[in-house]
Amino acid sequence: MSAQHNNAQPKQDPRFKTAHKEAWIGAALAVFNFVWWYGFAYGLGSRPVDEYTYILGLPAWFFWSCVAGFVLMSIITVVLAKFVLTDMPLDDDPRYHPDALHSGNDTPTKKGPNS
Amino acid sequence: MNIGVLIPLIIFLIAIFAIGFIASKQMGSGGGFLQEYFLGGRELGGFVLAMTMVATYGSASSFLGGPGTAYTVGFGWALLAMTQVVTGYFVLLVLGKKFAILSRRYDAVTMIDFLKARYNSPAVAILSAIAIIVFLFSAMTAQWVGGGRLIESLTGLSYTSALFIFAVSVLIYVTIGGFRAVALTDAVQGAIMVVGTLVLLIGVIIAGGGIPAIMQDLVNENPNLVTPFGADRSLTPAYVSSFWILVGVGVVGLPQMVVRTMSYKSSRAMHRALAIGTIVTGFIMLNMHLIGIFARPVLPGIDVGDKVIPLIALDVLPPWLAGIVLAAPMAAIMSTVDSLLLLVSSAIVKDVYLSYVRPQATEKQVKTLSFGITGVLGVIVFLLALQPPDLLIFLNLFAFGGLEAAFIWPIVLGLYWKYGNKTGALASMVTGMASYIAIYLYNQANGDLLGVHAVTIPVVLSLAAFVIGSLAAKREPFQF
Repeated sequence: MSAQHNNAQPKQDPRFKTAHKEAWIGAALAVFNFVWWYGFAYGLGSRPVDEYTYILGLPAWFFWSCVAGFVLMSIITVVLAKFVLTDMPLDDDPRYHPDALHSGNDTPTKKGPNS
Repeated sequence: MNIGVLIPLIIFLIAIFAIGFIASKQMGSGGGFLQEYFLGGRELGGFVLAMTMVATYGSASSFLGGPGTAYTVGFGWALLAMTQVVTGYFVLLVLGKKFAILSRRYDAVTMIDFLKARYNSPAVAILSAIAIIVFLFSAMTAQWVGGGRLIESLTGLSYTSALFIFAVSVLIYVTIGGFRAVALTDAVQGAIMVVGTLVLLIGVIIAGGGIPAIMQDLVNENPNLVTPFGADRSLTPAYVSSFWILVGVGVVGLPQMVVRTMSYKSSRAMHRALAIGTIVTGFIMLNMHLIGIFARPVLPGIDVGDKVIPLIALDVLPPWLAGIVLAAPMAAIMSTVDSLLLLVSSAIVKDVYLSYVRPQATEKQVKTLSFGITGVLGVIVFLLALQPPDLLIFLNLFAFGGLEAAFIWPIVLGLYWKYGNKTGALASMVTGMASYIAIYLYNQANGDLLGVHAVTIPVVLSLAAFVIGSLAAKREPFQF
C-alpha cells in the first residue's frame, strides 16, 4: 500500500478517471450537436424560400437540423447509456479521502460540513 | 366557464394531491429529515430522475411563452427552442458521476453544501444563498403568473381567484411531501406533457388540413415564417446560437438542475435518465413549438402570445380532451414552481439558518421550520404575483441567466479544476451576476450587445474571473 503513495499525495479515487472521461464525452457530444444543428439550419435555410424543399411537409433545413438532429441525439444517448458509460457504485469510499494519508487507509474519515 | 374542460383538470389536481400524500407517508423511511425533505433520500430511479429534470426545466415559457413566440416568429423560434435538446444529456454527463460521488462524500443536500465543502468559504455560501433566493424568487413569480393566467383563461374566474386556486394547490403538496412528492408528481406531470403535446399537435395538423397545406398558408402569409430568420428576419444566427448557452449548456449552473444530479440512486439510474431525458425534452420542445407555428393559419390574429396554446387547444380538440391536454402546461408550471419553492426554502433553512444561525437545532425544529418557511414563501410569492408583470418569458429568462452566470464556473470548474479556489469562485459569481444585470439592462435600452443574448458575455467574463481569481490567490491544488 505505502509504495503507491510515496509522493506524499493521497491516491485519487479511481472512479474519477471514468467520471472525467464521461464528462468529456458530454462536452464533445454538445459540440457535435451544435455543429449538426447549425450546419443544416443555416446551410439549407439561407437559400431563398422559393428554392426550399420539404420533407414530411417541413422545410428541409428544419427537418435535418431539428427533427433528424433530435432523433440522432436520442439514438446516441441510448447507445451511450447501454454500451459506453460505466456502471459504478456512487457511495463514499473513505480510502480516497484527502486526509486518508494521515489517518491511515482504513479508518473512516469525517464527512462533509454538516454531518 | 367550460365544465367539460374543467373536469379533467380537477381530476388531475386530485391525482397530484394523492401523490403528495403518499410521498409524505414514505418520508422518514431512510436518512435524516433534511435528506428526505430536500433530496428525496437520494433514491430517484432513472425514469423519475429524467422526468423531474424535464418537468422542472420545462416551464411556463416552454409551454405558453415559447409556443406563443413561435406563433409570431415562425420556424426560427422552433430552431432556437431545439437548443434545449442538449440539456437532456449535457447536465447529467458533465456533472455526472463525480458530482454524485462528491455530494455523497460531503453529505451535501443542496448545491450550496457542495460549494461550501469545495471552497471552504462562508462568503461563497452566503453569496450563493442570496443569489438563489433573489433570482429564484423572480423565476417563481413568473411561473405563478403563468399558472394564474392559465386557470383564468380556462375557467373565466378573475385572475386573483385563479391565482389563489393555483397557489393553494401547489403549497399543499410541496409543504407536505417535500422533494420526493415533487419528483414523483414531476414524473406524472412529465408523462402528461408528452402525451398532451402529441395529442395537441395531431389536433392542430388535422385542423390545418395537413402539414403541406399549413406550410403553404405560412408561405403565402409571410415566407420568412418558414426560414430560420424569423418573421421580420431579425433572428440572426449569432443570437439564436447564443441560446445554446442560456437554455442549453448553461443550464448546468442552475441550482434546480444541479440539486437533481445529486439525487439519483445509482449510476444505472443516471444512464437511463440521460437517454429518457434527451428523448422527452426534444419531443416536447419540438411538438410544442410546431403547435405554436401550425396554430397561426388555423387560428389567426391572436395577439397575446401566452394565450395561443390554451386557445388552440380549446379550438381544435373536444372539451374533455382539451382539459387533459391543458393539464400539460399546468403540470409544467406546477412542477417548476414546486421545485423552486423547495430550493429557496432549502437555501433559507439549510444553508442560512442551520449553517450560520443555529447549527444545533433539533430535528423537530428543523422540520417545523422547513414546513413553515415553505408555506410562508408561497404566500409571499402569491402576493407578488397578484400584480403580474408583463413579459412572462423574459422575467423567467432573467432569473435563469443570472443564476447561470453566477454558478456555472464555481460548479463545473470546482469539480474538474483542482486549482479553482474561493477567490476564483467569489470573483466569478460577483462578475457573472453584476455583468449579467448590467448587460441585460444595456440590451433592454440599446439592443443586444454583439448581437447575442445577455447571458453570453457574462458567462465568458465569469470564466475569466474564475481563472484569474484562482491563480492570483495561493496556487494550491484541492484534494477531492
